[in-house]
Amino acid sequence: MTSKKRYERPVVTKHYSGFMNKIGTSSFSKPMKEIDGVQVTELVEKFGSPLFIISERRIRQNQRNAYRIFKTRYPKVQFAWSYKTNYLNAVCSVFHQENSWAEVVSEFEYDKARALGIKGDNIIFNGPDKNKSALIKAIKEKSKIHIDHFDELYDIIEICDSENLRAKVAIRVNMDVGVYPKWDRFGFNYENGEAWQAIKRIVSNKNLELIGLHTHIGTYMMSTEAYRIAASKLASLARSIKEQFEIIIEYIDLGGGFASHNTLLGQYLPAEETIPSIDQFADAISSGLFELNFRQDELPFLILETGRALVDDTGYLVSTVLANKRLSDGKKALIIDAGVNILFTGFWYKHKITPAQDCGLHTEEAAIFGPLCMNIDVVRESITLPLLKKGDRVVIEYVGAYDMTQWMQFITLRPNVVMIMEDGSVELIRQAETLEYITQRELIPEKLKSKS
Amino acid sequence: MNIFSIPANVAVSDTGFVFLPTTGETFTLNEIGKEILRMLQQNKNLDEITEIILENYDIDRMSLEKDINDFLAQLKNYSLLVEV
Repeated sequence: MTSKKRYERPVVTKHYSGFMNKIGTSSFSKPMKEIDGVQVTELVEKFGSPLFIISERRIRQNQRNAYRIFKTRYPKVQFAWSYKTNYLNAVCSVFHQENSWAEVVSEFEYDKARALGIKGDNIIFNGPDKNKSALIKAIKEKSKIHIDHFDELYDIIEICDSENLRAKVAIRVNMDVGVYPKWDRFGFNYENGEAWQAIKRIVSNKNLELIGLHTHIGTYMMSTEAYRIAASKLASLARSIKEQFEIIIEYIDLGGGFASHNTLLGQYLPAEETIPSIDQFADAISSGLFELNFRQDELPFLILETGRALVDDTGYLVSTVLANKRLSDGKKALIIDAGVNILFTGFWYKHKITPAQDCGLHTEEAAIFGPLCMNIDVVRESITLPLLKKGDRVVIEYVGAYDMTQWMQFITLRPNVVMIMEDGSVELIRQAETLEYITQRELIPEKLKSKS
Repeated sequence: MNIFSIPANVAVSDTGFVFLPTTGETFTLNEIGKEILRMLQQNKNLDEITEIILENYDIDRMSLEKDINDFLAQLKNYSLLVEV
């Protein structure tokens, strides 16, 4: 048998002058054929395509690393896993095994944490929407309720009075930390005295116990200085509370918002080269907390609700090329089987996309579209990739944060999610959806039912 | 009969570097692209080109047909190919 040469589809690439830069770009280097030692091909053959893959090992590494970084700068540190970032039970369970509490922002998330066995006092209940039944449950279970607005504060006072309960509460504080846009829609404002008003109202009520102060200054923050300012303002509030009311709060919660290694659509340089490390965020926060000036035994815990920076790089999405197309202007387009329905963060990130099999050296600029019959389904306007053919696979990286919570059941069904365990085994952690799963909550009025 | 033709002034080097003197534009071809362009310059028709590639490369006829059509569209888009 004569062996034939390896085929690569014919391509002609035009040269453009004037577009080089002195930095250069780190273009595609080598294919990603395995994840945590498991062959991508094997995973897709067993679990289908598209497929979300999460690395247990990487989650634990990230969490341990972040804890070590903060603990070496401040003596009392507690992490609380941000459920909205990724609330798949298996993912939450890994974080809880790493001693993270739960940080929830709805009754649904609260119930999810309780169902996973998290005790009420290890749940931080954030967010503007806490209905009465959720509040009663949270108060009874002694969870840490972070009050967002005065209406909620008065609801809690009323519930405690009528039900003869005592609530453990903190307030969320918003503030000017020198970044735009200013997040002032959540919590009580620091600068105009609203936060202090709320604190006074809380400490004057015998049924409320003020245990903490919380802020969350933004999302995908690239400025460490903003965290230093936030920490120092909360520290100064804590000091005032001690001086005026002789109350030593249990914790200061700096929220989350640290940027991950995903590059934003409008960002020129890759995020790996521009965003601060967790060490730098930790330096800023711990230096801001110097303002506390508390005795060692009075120091409050530092709580962190870091989500994105701990889980984004633990998730991968494997997708298959459905078709190659050429657009009317001659530009190449790839259609893959993962669209913005499951890659929601594609609306704001330039994800790293790597072929999952060996490729030739030639590359081509292409647009990547998802499978939806909708014009919005653009995974990437333009990316340089090796020549890919129908059936080839790509690995989309940094999809651990928000994709598995903000994804939509739209036009098609959501795929399997697997976790590669520390020992190299692979576990299915969310089954692909079925028609029955989607329609089980639907009802058809009797008169619309087919007679045939 | 071959309905395509490569303009006579298109210069292709052994490494696949293409120069179009009418506009000053330059291009790069990959190995198979270079072979196909060479065969078009030699006035081979599409059937002949297809058979030669099938004989030498690990590819099925249907996929090759799609890829050649796409390649010809690229060449046409860059004015490296004219229909005659």
